[in-house]
Amino acid sequence: MSTATRTIQPPGKALYELLSSMRFAVSLLTVIAIASIIGTVLKQGQPYSDYVFQFGTFWFDVFRILGLYDVYHAGWFLVILAFLVVSTSLCIYRNSPNMVREMRSFREHATDKSLAAFHHRREYVSDLSVATLAQRFEAYLKARRWHLKTRPTEDGGLLIAAKSGSLSRLGYIFAHSAIVLICIGGLIDGNLIFKAQQLLGIKKIETRDIPENQVPAASRLSTSNPSFRGNVTIPEGGSANVVFINVGDGYLVQDLPFILALRRFHIEHYPTGQPKAFDSDISIYSPDGKLIKNATVSVNHPLTYDGIAIYQASFGDGGSKLALKAWDLFTPKDQALDMTGVVHSHTELKTDMGNYRVEFTTFRPFNVEAMGKGPPPLTLKNMQVLGGNPTQGGEGMQNVGPSFEYKLRDAQGQAREYSNFMLPIQIEGRWYMMSGMRTAPNQPFRYVRFPLGPNDTLASFMRLRAAFLNPQLRTEAAQRFAATALGGGAANADMRTKLAESTAKMLDIFSQGGFQALGQFIQTKVPKEQQDKAAETYLKVLELASYSLLQLADEQAGEKPPPPGAVAGWFIRDSLNAYSDLFIYGAPVYLQLTHYDQVQSSGFQLTRAPGKNVVYLGSLLLVIGIALMLFVRERRMWVRLRPGGVLLAMSAAKKTIDFEREFAEHSASAEKLVKD
Amino acid sequence: MDLVLTQPQPLLKRISWLDWLFAVALALGAGYAYGQYVDHLSYYERAVLIGAVPTFAWLGWFWKPIKPLMAGIAILSLFAISLYHGNLARMDQTFFLQYLISSQAAIMWMCTFLVLATVSYWVGLLGRSEFALQAGTWLTWTAVLMGFTGLMVRWYESYLISPSVGHIPISNLYEVFVLFCLVTSLIYLYYEGRYATRQMGAFVLLVVTAAVGFILWYTFDRQAEDIQPLVPALQSWWMKIHVPANFIGYGAFSVAAMMGVTYLFASKGILASRLPKLEVMEDIMYKAISVGFVFFTIATILGAMWAAQAWGGYWSWDPKETWALIVWLNYAAWLHLRMINWVRGPALAWWAVGGLLVTTFAFLGVNMFLSGLHSYGHL
Ligand code: HEM
Repeated sequence: MSTATRTIQPPGKALYELLSSMRFAVSLLTVIAIASIIGTVLKQGQPYSDYVFQFGTFWFDVFRILGLYDVYHAGWFLVILAFLVVSTSLCIYRNSPNMVREMRSFREHATDKSLAAFHHRREYVSDLSVATLAQRFEAYLKARRWHLKTRPTEDGGLLIAAKSGSLSRLGYIFAHSAIVLICIGGLIDGNLIFKAQQLLGIKKIETRDIPENQVPAASRLSTSNPSFRGNVTIPEGGSANVVFINVGDGYLVQDLPFILALRRFHIEHYPTGQPKAFDSDISIYSPDGKLIKNATVSVNHPLTYDGIAIYQASFGDGGSKLALKAWDLFTPKDQALDMTGVVHSHTELKTDMGNYRVEFTTFRPFNVEAMGKGPPPLTLKNMQVLGGNPTQGGEGMQNVGPSFEYKLRDAQGQAREYSNFMLPIQIEGRWYMMSGMRTAPNQPFRYVRFPLGPNDTLASFMRLRAAFLNPQLRTEAAQRFAATALGGGAANADMRTKLAESTAKMLDIFSQGGFQALGQFIQTKVPKEQQDKAAETYLKVLELASYSLLQLADEQAGEKPPPPGAVAGWFIRDSLNAYSDLFIYGAPVYLQLTHYDQVQSSGFQLTRAPGKNVVYLGSLLLVIGIALMLFVRERRMWVRLRPGGVLLAMSAAKKTIDFEREFAEHSASAEKLVKD
Repeated sequence: MDLVLTQPQPLLKRISWLDWLFAVALALGAGYAYGQYVDHLSYYERAVLIGAVPTFAWLGWFWKPIKPLMAGIAILSLFAISLYHGNLARMDQTFFLQYLISSQAAIMWMCTFLVLATVSYWVGLLGRSEFALQAGTWLTWTAVLMGFTGLMVRWYESYLISPSVGHIPISNLYEVFVLFCLVTSLIYLYYEGRYATRQMGAFVLLVVTAAVGFILWYTFDRQAEDIQPLVPALQSWWMKIHVPANFIGYGAFSVAAMMGVTYLFASKGILASRLPKLEVMEDIMYKAISVGFVFFTIATILGAMWAAQAWGGYWSWDPKETWALIVWLNYAAWLHLRMINWVRGPALAWWAVGGLLVTTFAFLGVNMFLSGLHSYGHL
């Protein structure tokens, strides 16, 4: 029979059967789950260049065609969701009439024969009249909120047909309609309209990096676009009347029906340095420039105006103005030049070592760093901690003041990044200006520490550095050192000259390549067994000669050199380290921040989502529906009364242990009800 | 015949004077908190506070043992708070605080009791010892008492650090793991009472012990137990309902998965004579998944509503969100699978066990391996 019907089934009917079947539902739910995983494994919406880098061009193209960079908006994913909508709708269409009938019906026409076939069934003998029994059973069931209908039977008896928990059927209709509603709401808020326009060739994605007002109409969406979700960054004092929507590897410009202006942005911090609140004071103007309202938006507290919700999404620098001193590092000049910079813009820098472009990238008004308790050990790791983000809480957290970052790009277009602190930082009791350098964005910064001299400025170090680059001073310092080391008098004259010469040679080597050059020199010139010892001597001589060099430079500049002693000793050692590091530093200048004028910017997300209310309505229905389906149990009971006896039968849509228990309870109660 | 049979059965008639007393105590407590702190609460937080009274009153009526538990939590917490004198440093100076009921101490006791409970249940199961099983039950209850006390005290301690730092302790991985242990244990205890069988505790508590292991590792290896201030995105009353709803879901799914494991063991004849009938396990599995599914649905919807407020869109396909959807779809599939005629118990049990893997990934794996907007608790 069933095979016969199957063969003559029209294909439409078969498809309907399949789509509305439970097996299909399970498969569909599983398929959607698996498809969703893809987008969480492969990071979505990254710049295409990143994907090319990650997968190579071949796989990049394959994945692009499969839509894997934006899975959740890919055609095939939407098709699966469409199947969910269709399948669920068919399910509702197929089952609802039956559900409604079940809800209404008491099945009071159950025959004795059918009742006799029930698994959950008990019979009782009773002397009570049918009327008394009916009254008792009805009262019993009503007290338990059962709904019932009584029908007289031909044999002079009665059939009480009762049911409870019919609402679970309503739950089915609620929950499954809710799925359809939620999907529709989501589709309304998706970018279907744009997709259609893109297919028809009316609109296209803009991929060029051009000013917003030059973006052609084909890549702009009008203010009548019913739903969108875009971002815009506005500096303090600035305004915007568009947002940008990221699509694929490009963007679209969405025109706004108003002008959004940022008056001020503020961050509050916890004592540990973690951000506590981001607030933007904004104003909304009509397109012709009339102020409509002022408001403050912050995370978790958006503003909705004209159906468009404005959210605090991010923040950054809006073009802080920086006053800088540029110290030449490889010329014998010991004075700095004044310079200015603006974050997010760039300046040209002409040096003896060629032309550079300084691109200012960020400014931070303060940095909370873990400085540890007491002086931290002087290790490279420690230096890297200083440049990292504020770490979590704990003791030793310290605000080390403002910092700024820039890229220095040479004529070939190669760039290195620098991160300089404005204030000196104390390490092991001595003060330094810190400047971090890295050659790639994913590296940690490595720091050069410029030591502060006796006046707590960089002047001493810079003078010493300049002196290193001055051959005449070097020679003079070598001689002075030789004289101090061997004493005056004619006796040592020969040795003195020799020492002065070798010292000058060493200063020369050091000045041209730091410790590395000196090390190489020792390795090539000194027999292996004696290298360690030689290095030790060289270092000592270098330090002392450098002190002489500093004395000379200071005297020339009319400054008092630091008196010999531990302080001067450390200063020389630190200076030599810093000088030596300059050869890795990779920049012809060091930019010291002297003054700043902070301008912040705030990133906003603006959305218009008319489908949201549909989704929320669906969600409400979904919760009610699921709760009704899962927590309300539909049960039916028939009490067949005839003179002399009672038959009690029960059935449930879901056979659970609760139902067994309930049947036992009711059949025990009936036992009592049938007695006088 | 007795009239009892015709008496209506509804909830209101079944509650005793003790239930009323409980409700009144809850209302008084909430009223006091309201009077004290009303100026610091947003409208939503006031609604959450007021809504808590009927919710917990109902819970106490619905499941009687909750009442003494909540009373115990209240007494211990208030005692701990009174010992602080508003000074966090007393945590290390007062005997009771240092060793028993400062948040950290209480949570460590919770961990200890849970491990002991697991051992007890196993001894009871393998040795057919009713006494050991009963001890398991009591140890679990005590652990729950200590754990909740720990969280309550932690809540208070966070305000002692600084009023600006203070927040409900369900905001980072450490805190939610404690919550997970508590919720899972409670859900299990409910079914244990309901089905009057303790043997399954041996299996269910294994998940909880695993979570305890994580807490201990996280505490001693990562020092993660420090109270951290909230990042701006988490400063929302939504958190107070979204997170607990989520964890009721996770807890219930875990219980279901362990019922699945128990089922699979028993259906292969392993320990079968010591375990309840297969139908019992199957029934609890279905019930737990039902409860979990409802709460998980609510949690996901609340999450979407919160996201709409904090991030600007109710659905961003952020990895955590997407994995919540995957978990949800998985259990929706399970519920439908159950209704296909030819699908039998073992298939459902396997699927429920698989569900725990999916759930664990959504809960932990996403934080470990994927990045996104959900910023708390990176490992
Ligand atoms: C995301 C999608 C869906 C969700 C969340 C969902 C949810 C549910 C839930 C919770 C139940 C109750 C299970 C129980 O009582 O144990 C149920 C039952 C059911 N679902 Fe779905 N469902 C979905 C999709 C579908 C689809 C696509 C179909 C049809 C192809 C379908 C057909 C059914 C049927 C026929 C029932 C049985 C109702 C009854 O007899 O009580 N569902 N659904």
